[in-house]
Amino acid sequence: MKKTIFIILIMSISLSSIFAQGYKSGDKAADFKLKDVDGKEISLYSYKPAEKGAIVIFTCNHCPYAIAYEDRIIELDKEFRAKGYPVIAINPNDPVLSPEDSYEKMIVRAKEKEFTFSYLFDSNQEVYKIYGAKRTPHIYLLKKEGKDFVVKYIGAIDDNYKDASAVTQKYLANAVNTLLDGKNPDTDFTKAIGCTIKDKNYVKE
Amino acid sequence: MKIKILISIIFFIVVAQNSYSQHYPIYNFEQLEPLLNQKDDTTYVINFWATWCKPCVEEMPAFNQLDANYKNKKVVVILVSLDFGKDYQTRVKNFAERHSLKPRIVILDDPNSNFWIDKVSPDWSGALPATLIFNKNMRLFFEQSFTYEELVKELKRVIS
Repeated sequence: MKKTIFIILIMSISLSSIFAQGYKSGDKAADFKLKDVDGKEISLYSYKPAEKGAIVIFTCNHCPYAIAYEDRIIELDKEFRAKGYPVIAINPNDPVLSPEDSYEKMIVRAKEKEFTFSYLFDSNQEVYKIYGAKRTPHIYLLKKEGKDFVVKYIGAIDDNYKDASAVTQKYLANAVNTLLDGKNPDTDFTKAIGCTIKDKNYVKE
Repeated sequence: MKIKILISIIFFIVVAQNSYSQHYPIYNFEQLEPLLNQKDDTTYVINFWATWCKPCVEEMPAFNQLDANYKNKKVVVILVSLDFGKDYQTRVKNFAERHSLKPRIVILDDPNSNFWIDKVSPDWSGALPATLIFNKNMRLFFEQSFTYEELVKELKRVIS
């Protein structure tokens, strides 16, 4: 009996360390249920527009990198929503540490920019940890396989945060198009400079 | 007449140089990279930051203090700003003046960050702030904010 408890304990510790590292390409993505800017609860696994998959973007209001990508995120949603890959944006920041990223300010921002996509608030700061997001913006491209959503690409939108007209590699759009062609993307991971996710548990005293 | 022209030319050169020197150098990654791989008797503390980044701004006094306390001990602090957008040079300059920043400041303007983040450190996700502490014997990377005491502790690990 003691042995069983011990084994369960070890297993749960190793499981939690896997979760702490976040997703890699090929992992099954967990469902989430978060409040949208219009007050509705949105769940990934029952989100109708996500017919073939979803472009999950951890982003926020205040971060200059996130702001630099806002128009491009709107364009991505316009292009891929109709093809079964809608954008689902999630703000993971603690509004106490980053007042610009409060739920109220999210509503304002979504109206100002006429967001075509759902903009959700990770109010318990749990979803970003499960996914392993480190910064804003941070993208997880998911493909629906049967009932599951499987991670197919993690990283940046493209190779130029400063200037959309100077982009030479559209990592995310290329990955979605490759999935639409029935193949897995060649590049399934990229990095980009971004703002840290504001979480008081990660701010040192 | 010729002398007048000469004097005014000299005057303009001096003025131009002065106003130029108030701006920090702007590097792409290729130009920055040698600074991250120096192998001499000095220990380097290199901080990646931006004026809009709250945790970066909060830890700036620690780097300033480290620079002041260790500059005669073969330690060089370099602040690499990733600011971009409207008037970013002026923004960095004003920030440095307001906070009396003494370390050397360079601006990294190279938006193809997927290409160079791993060259700074494979452990870097890309989030700001980030700090490298290295000399020819040891190299540490941190994706976190520092207090002065924490910074000194890590610096001592590299120096000793």
